[in-house]
Parts: sequence; C-alpha cells; structure tokens
Amino acid sequence: GTYGIAQTVRELSVISHSQITRLYSRFHSLDKGENGALSREDFQRIPELAINPLGDRIINAFFPEGEDQVNFRGFMRTLAHFRPVEDNEKNKDPNSGEPLNSRNNKLLFAFRLYDLDRDDKISRDELLQVLRMMVGVNISDEQLGSIADRTIQEADTNGDMSISFSEFIKVLEKVDVEQKMSIRFLH
Amino acid sequence: RACADVFQWATLRMERGAREKNQQLYKPYSNGIIAKELVSLEQEIQEVRRSGIPAPEPEFDMSDIFSFCRRGVESIVDDEVTKRFTAEELESWNLLTRSNYNFHHISTRLTVLWGVGVLVRYAILLPLRVTLAFTGVGLLVVLTSLIGLLPNGWVKSSLSEKAHLMCYRICVRALTAIITYHDSENKPKNGGICVANHTSPIDVIILASDGCYAMVGQVHGGLMGVIQRAMLKACPHIWFERSEVKDRHLVAKRLSDHVADKTKLPILIFPEGTCINNTSVMMFKKGSFEIGCTVYPVAIKYDPRFGDAFWNSSKFGMVNYLLHMMSSWGVVCSVWYLPPMRREEGEDAVQFANRVKAAIARKGGLADLLWDGGLKREKVKKVFKEEQQKMYSKVLVGVSEDSHGSEVVRGPALE
Repeated sequence: GTYGIAQTVRELSVISHSQITRLYSRFHSLDKGENGALSREDFQRIPELAINPLGDRIINAFFPEGEDQVNFRGFMRTLAHFRPVEDNEKNKDPNSGEPLNSRNNKLLFAFRLYDLDRDDKISRDELLQVLRMMVGVNISDEQLGSIADRTIQEADTNGDMSISFSEFIKVLEKVDVEQKMSIRFLH
Repeated sequence: RACADVFQWATLRMERGAREKNQQLYKPYSNGIIAKELVSLEQEIQEVRRSGIPAPEPEFDMSDIFSFCRRGVESIVDDEVTKRFTAEELESWNLLTRSNYNFHHISTRLTVLWGVGVLVRYAILLPLRVTLAFTGVGLLVVLTSLIGLLPNGWVKSSLSEKAHLMCYRICVRALTAIITYHDSENKPKNGGICVANHTSPIDVIILASDGCYAMVGQVHGGLMGVIQRAMLKACPHIWFERSEVKDRHLVAKRLSDHVADKTKLPILIFPEGTCINNTSVMMFKKGSFEIGCTVYPVAIKYDPRFGDAFWNSSKFGMVNYLLHMMSSWGVVCSVWYLPPMRREEGEDAVQFANRVKAAIARKGGLADLLWDGGLKREKVKKVFKEEQQKMYSKVLVGVSEDSHGSEVVRGPALE
C-alpha cells in the first residue's frame, strides 16, 4: 500500500501524499503484468513516448544498471529528478544531501542520456548516436559528423575531444534547466 | 433524481468516515494530473535559436534534448491515449464496489445500504432483465423470419420497421436504459450514413430503438449468426464475410450501392472501429467518409454516475460485459442528433472525417483526439516518430517554419 512509500518519501524531496497516490495509480495502470514492476514493454505501450525520438533512452533511465524491471520505488526515484526546484524551500534538512531535483542532478540526468557507457565523458560516438536518434534519416552522415565535431569543439576546454560533466555544465550555464526539466503537478 | 442524491450522500459519508479514521483519501483526477506546456515542441526548440534567420550552418544545442526528455517523462506520468481504454474514474460512488477505490467498511449504515443494493440488483433486477433480454432477442428472430416470408413492398417494410423497433425497445427495458434524445428533427434519413462515437455494443440498441438502420458488420457464427440471418430476411443489412472485410474496394462498393438505393435504410457505422471509454472521441477511419453521401452525425454520452457502460474488450468478454450491465442500476445516456453534413469542395475524406468528429466531440462534451483507437491493441506506427525526427531536422538545419508547420506535435499527423 501507500504506507511503504513513506520511507521513499523521506529520501526524496518533499512530495505530497495525493501526488504519490496518483503516481502509484499510474504505475499500476502501466503494469499490465500486475507483478509490481514495470518492464521496458510497459513503457513502450505509451504512444506519446513511443514516438519520442529519445524514447528508448528515457525509458533506459528508469532501469538500474543491468536490470529489466523497475519497482515503484525506482519509478518514483527517477521521476523525482523532475520535481520543480522551488519545492526545496521546505526541505532544509542539512543531512539529506543534495536533493534529486537540484539543478545539478537534473543536468546529470540529461548528461547520462548521452553518456551510455557511464565513463563520465560524452565521446564523439555517443554524441553522434544521440544526434542520429533525433534526426532519423533526414541528415547525412557527413553533415551529422560535422555538427558533432563543432559541438565538441565549442564545449571541449581540456582538449580530450570529449565532453566531461563539468564542460557540459559550463555550456549550459545560461539555460533555464530548472524550468525545462521540471514537471508541475496540478493540486 | 433520487438515486443521484443517494449516491452523493454515500460518497460524502465515506469520505467523512475515511477522514475520521485518518486514512488517506484517494480522489480521482478528472483533468489530468500535471500541467503541460502550451507551446509546441517545435516552438520550444526554436526559442533557443536566433529566431527567423536561417543559420549558415546547422546549430545543435545540447539543451535540445531537455525538451524531448521532459515531454517523454510527462507522457510517462500522464498521457492522452492509454487512459481512454480503461473505465473512467468517478467522483461520486454509485454503490458498486467496482467503481470506487475508497471502499472499506466505514460505517454500518453504508454497508447495509450497499448490501441491500446488491440484493436488489442481483436477486430482483438481474433475473427480470435477463428474461426481458431473451424475450426481446427471441421475438426479433421469430418476427423477422415471419416477415421475411412476405413479398417485398410497403407492407413488408412497415412491418419490419415496427418489429425491429419493438424488439429493440424491449432490449432497452432489459438494460433499464433511460435515454434522452435531443434534436430528433435531425434523425438520419434513407440514403445516408449515420456515424456515432462508440463506447459499447449497447450503442446499437440505443440508436436502433429510436429509428431504423441498416447494420454493418462481420458475419458471426452461433447465436449472433442466427440473429443476423433473421434480420436480413426482413430488411437489407450489410453483413461481410471475414475475407471480404480486408478488401476496401468491395466494402466501399457495397456501402455505396446500398446508399444509392433510396428505399434502403440509413447505414449505421462507428468509425472509431473500437470501443472507447466515453471521455473522448478518437480517430475516425476515413472509409465511410469517402462514399460521398450525406453523413448524419450522432453523439452518445453516458452518464457515468449511474454505471459505466464502457466495454473493455481486453478485460471482459461480451457475455460477462452484458451481465455486468444488467446487474448495475441502469444506464442513463443522452443522444444528440446533429444536423447532416456533406463533404465540401476541396475537402478530402480525412478532413471531412475530422470535421464530423469535432462536431460530435463538441456536442457530447468529449475530448477530440487525433490518436487511433486501434492503439488499444496495436503499437503506434513508426511513421509518427519519423515525423518528429523530420521536424527536428528542419529546425536543426535552420529551415524557417512553413505555414503548414507541424502544429500537432503531441498527436500523429493524419494518414
């Protein structure tokens, strides 16, 4: 039931009980196998997600390394990255560490969409993969290659031909990450 | 009505009881649970770039993925499509355990009321209704077979009409359906096609008890087959063999021929092709709109407070569903006959279909969606993802927004 969630709630930033219940109801409706966990197929059944060019990467973000199932706790944990930042005003516990929905953690979430092998660097190949997912067949390999090169050139400050997390943060320092990577609940 | 008041009281009592025991309340959401961006995806990505001026070289901004990412996660939390294929959540409780999550033993009074309800529904109403249903169907078969023996002519059609109407009205009683028909001056006439939104097989009974239609469907075996063959004797209906259904030209030809014959009844078609949960109208298949005759749109809206009429065919079989319906309190619905529509100059079948769909959605108070009801069972087509990719490529390369711009980024473009 929803009482087991209390534990999870303490780990995440402040989230109201009614929101947890709604998300649990949503989790349950996606869980067609009714085994308390979601598989990748369960996510792919959502048409709007299936047509999203980055759909597969986003789905991947929900699954821990090497796992094929995500339980409600994991589901909530991933979604917690998208809580709006101002809600943290209520959560001033110094021991809780950086909340999942901080600007930094939102950027890390996005960084990991690129960095598939988790080596904390976005290589040219990894960048190309994401670009290819987003443009489909509409741009040639050469053109895409030069776009990737230009992007790395602009971001790479230490000359290792790849983008580290701190270089990533620098490139995006003017972007309103909090707004773009937040989902607001009604009520 | 008294019933609605009782239901309201029951809900409030339950909520009060829950609060007293400090249990948390589950309130169903009606308008979505998250606030989504009103700008389209394309606009959001464009904002980051120099507006209007095509860039000399394609600009990739690493923040582009944020928009895709957030929208993806939004659709995980709440999407427009998957919720249409399960029963709508109700705000007040109608004394059926099926429809409210807050049901626990809250008070004796409430439980007693519920118990009495169960008794009444299963011991009194259900047997009565099942008998009526059998009578209705039986009479239909017998009468239509008898009428089929008569020579074609005015007498036959008139008798056939009366027989059909009578039997459908018996079936309506069998479901205790309280139907309000609006704007009956727009009722479908011969030589046209009647289109309606589809929620359940009961839709047919509701419409056919107020007017005579030619039905369209696949030939079935068993009891359904018997009924179909009997109906065919009394007046022309359009039953297709399974193999014929795949042949679009054949289907179109038979429909056109029927429509051209002004002595034949208007055809009843449900262009969504599948049952939707009555909160929205989904994509209309264009077949019926290509024929070029007058279309009579009809909107059907069930009142969810009295029972959920939606048939979730992946969860329940037909018999199960009918028993479900007959052991509920009843069905309350409204039917609106909309003014006839014809295809206009320069409008293709798909645009015409969407125009009709929008009219029906507006009248019935339903959401108008472009998504295909077929998504209940099938995966979404790849072409829609390809459209998203195409749109992004255009923005990347710096092509300025053309006037047709893909304004619908949330839903698929039309085939």
